[in-house]
Amino acid sequence: MAAQEEQHDKAPGGGGRGRGGVLMYATGFVFAIVLTLASFWAAGTHSVWQPGVPVLLAALAIGQMGVHVVFFFHISSGPDDTNNFLALAFGVFVVGLVIFGSMLIMSNLNANMMPMDRLMEMQR
Amino acid sequence: MSLVDALTEPVEPNRNDTPISERGPAPLPIVVAFGFWLFLLSDIVLFSALFAAYAVLSGQTAGGPNGPQLFDRTNVLIETGCLLASSFTCGLCTLAIEARNRVGTYAWAAVTFALGVAFLALELSEFSRMIASGAGPTRSAFLSAFFTLVGTHGLHVTIGLAWLVTMMAQLATLGFHPMVVRRLLCFSLFWHALDIVWIGVFTIVYLGAH
Repeated sequence: MAAQEEQHDKAPGGGGRGRGGVLMYATGFVFAIVLTLASFWAAGTHSVWQPGVPVLLAALAIGQMGVHVVFFFHISSGPDDTNNFLALAFGVFVVGLVIFGSMLIMSNLNANMMPMDRLMEMQR
Repeated sequence: MSLVDALTEPVEPNRNDTPISERGPAPLPIVVAFGFWLFLLSDIVLFSALFAAYAVLSGQTAGGPNGPQLFDRTNVLIETGCLLASSFTCGLCTLAIEARNRVGTYAWAAVTFALGVAFLALELSEFSRMIASGAGPTRSAFLSAFFTLVGTHGLHVTIGLAWLVTMMAQLATLGFHPMVVRRLLCFSLFWHALDIVWIGVFTIVYLGAH
């Protein structure tokens, strides 16, 4: 059974091995706390150039999601993780398309929309 | 071992001795976990649609209250702490399951459950406070999008808590049956995924409000 499992990709999650497992979760937890506190600090601070704050928040959030994927889901780019990693990559791709695609299209429509008073005049 | 044997020996003997076409299906725990992983990714795609709706509508307050007037960051920080800590204890619960440690499993599951309930209680008190002050989901497009996105996440947490109770009942009656262990591992994946969605929520909704 063990030899058979070696030939297949490993399952996401799981894979915690004894003390190494505890260390893995604890490391992820510490990273997550630090990144969360950094996010809340960045949102309230005035020591960062204000237009740069959203970019900083986005970077911290993406970093923290990465920490969760690596330390809690145990997803790596290793050869026994190919299926999990490819599925994740496809998921990230679709999420990016949906969010940025929607925002791009809607801001474009907004910019091209006729001002409301002119639209009212035309309907009369 | 001759020189030829040494040179042709596979680098990873266990992976390469059978061609991929002859390995057969993966064992059930791996197939189940992979299938559940695909479900979680599709669930995150669902949330991405709600995030997109929120991003588009967050400025449309229709003369009503906006984000900074409604949100309390201290409350959100405590909620985030609860959910992060519950994800960590859920991980410790997974380790207890893998060690077939019954007491540890119950104990960490109980802590995970309590932290999840604390998160949900804080969220519901925030919702009821907002609705009582006239900022319910019908007030503006911004609030509709807010309640849909955050409410869907809260609904997932509620379902997760119900699932955790069910799994503890199954553990009590069936013990560490392979089926129960598979389901427990799926639950832990689900719980970690909710944490990832929450990172998006607190960054985009609460900290990104302006």
